[in-house]
Amino acid sequence: MDFLRDPFGFVIQEYTGWLGGLGLPAGWVDIIAKLTGALVLATGAMLFVVFLIWYERKLIGRIQDRFGPNRVGPWGIFQPVADMLKIFTKEYITPIGADKFAYNLAPILAVAAVLLLWSVLPLSVTVVGTDLNVGLLFLVAVGGLGEMSYILAGWGSNNKYALLGAFRLVAQLISYEVPLVLSALVPVMLAGTLSVNGIVQAQESVWFIVAAPAAALIFFIASIAEIGRSPFDLIEAESELVAGYNIEYSGLKFGMFFVAEFLHAFTVSMIFATVFLGGWQGPGAAEIPVLGFVYLMLKTFVVYFVTILFRGTLPRFRIDQMMNLNWKVLTPLSLALIMAMAIVGGLTRELPVFWQVIAFLLVNLLLLGATDQLMRLSQSRKTKSNLPMQPLRKVLTTSTKHGAGE
Amino acid sequence: MLGNWLYIGIFALVALMMPALTIFIAGILSPKRPDPIKNSTYECGVETVGPNWTQIKIQYYVFALVFLIFDVEAVLLFPWAVAYQLLPLYAIIEGVLFLLILVVGFLYAWRKGALEWF
Repeated sequence: MDFLRDPFGFVIQEYTGWLGGLGLPAGWVDIIAKLTGALVLATGAMLFVVFLIWYERKLIGRIQDRFGPNRVGPWGIFQPVADMLKIFTKEYITPIGADKFAYNLAPILAVAAVLLLWSVLPLSVTVVGTDLNVGLLFLVAVGGLGEMSYILAGWGSNNKYALLGAFRLVAQLISYEVPLVLSALVPVMLAGTLSVNGIVQAQESVWFIVAAPAAALIFFIASIAEIGRSPFDLIEAESELVAGYNIEYSGLKFGMFFVAEFLHAFTVSMIFATVFLGGWQGPGAAEIPVLGFVYLMLKTFVVYFVTILFRGTLPRFRIDQMMNLNWKVLTPLSLALIMAMAIVGGLTRELPVFWQVIAFLLVNLLLLGATDQLMRLSQSRKTKSNLPMQPLRKVLTTSTKHGAGE
Repeated sequence: MLGNWLYIGIFALVALMMPALTIFIAGILSPKRPDPIKNSTYECGVETVGPNWTQIKIQYYVFALVFLIFDVEAVLLFPWAVAYQLLPLYAIIEGVLFLLILVVGFLYAWRKGALEWF
């Protein structure tokens, strides 16, 4: 019965018990148990990517009115496996003049940075890699580690496109880290802890997306930018930069960047589900831990599905639009949001939780509405004045002037 | 607490070893037939001119500077946010004042055109 209620926790307990019975010194049992846990979690995450690639290709195919992979295995589910086998036997081509150390380190670091995120994410009540007391800060910091791998790849490749792509990518990632970190402050304020499991437990009565929808929206947009997905995929724009930072990579080194990207996309969805959608919280999750895992996966897949919808439907941003959205919309909004939430939270402290949540919700909606109005205002002002921002409009008006049919 | 960081350390080693090992194994399995044309820098079929580590637009540097300010600010704000539930109202106002000083700097950078991409 214990096994059915919490299979993961049961296996972990049995395993550590068995290790303890072997008669090893006390310190070693701990280290071996931790090593096994890390190995299982990391391997599981890497193998999970195979499924993610299939899921995403199938969905994108459906959005574009195609079948997607449907030949290898039932519904094409083994297509990524076949691709992996193929890429495994491909030659490594190292360009002349490449910085060998940086060039070879980059794909390893890219995957390692994403895998490391999994070490603090709580999968259910009992299954947490480790419950760090600075968990959320750790997530942000390790997310920043991935940027290093991209600049290493771009710099080490000795290629102009790669360098340009890497610089764009780093500019985008560090820019969007600002609203990401600032909007992550809001759940920390509401929960009063940085521990990821603590944040999940604080959402028992109400999810943070209800109390702070604006923060959730900023966090979500910034997360999509962090994984470099469309509409923020100008960093590996195939049509301008031929691929960006990974242009000189081949074989499995290239594959590793792909694994990192897909796994990062899923992990970021999981972080969103954990921080704003209540993680493993749900009816009966505290008593039956395996239910918590199911809830978390469901929520994560909903978020992941939305990011894929974004990818399938939105066109790519230009670099100045990308920068403007971040620095002139998201960053001021998140700053205003933190200040407003702090003051409102301080004033309504005596009220019951229900009214406090209502107050937070109103502040969030008010700020979102104000941002929307301001954006409309600046847009209409821009179209009136003759800023050098609209080269396309100029081209269009001059071409109609000289048009033959007029 | 130290046990937690031991786990992070072990996990970091595993996370580094796993892709490294896969890349190494694939390196053994894959063919190796290098030739100067194949290994030359890819530039859409044209031979590359001049050094490839070229100069970079100054704009990236400006944005990195602005980012740095906000990153340091975030590090200072996280402890405040953690303690937020326990703070009296005047400490909350102080945190907001700290943010406002930053907003002034941000507006200055905005007015100066540091946030324009040209």
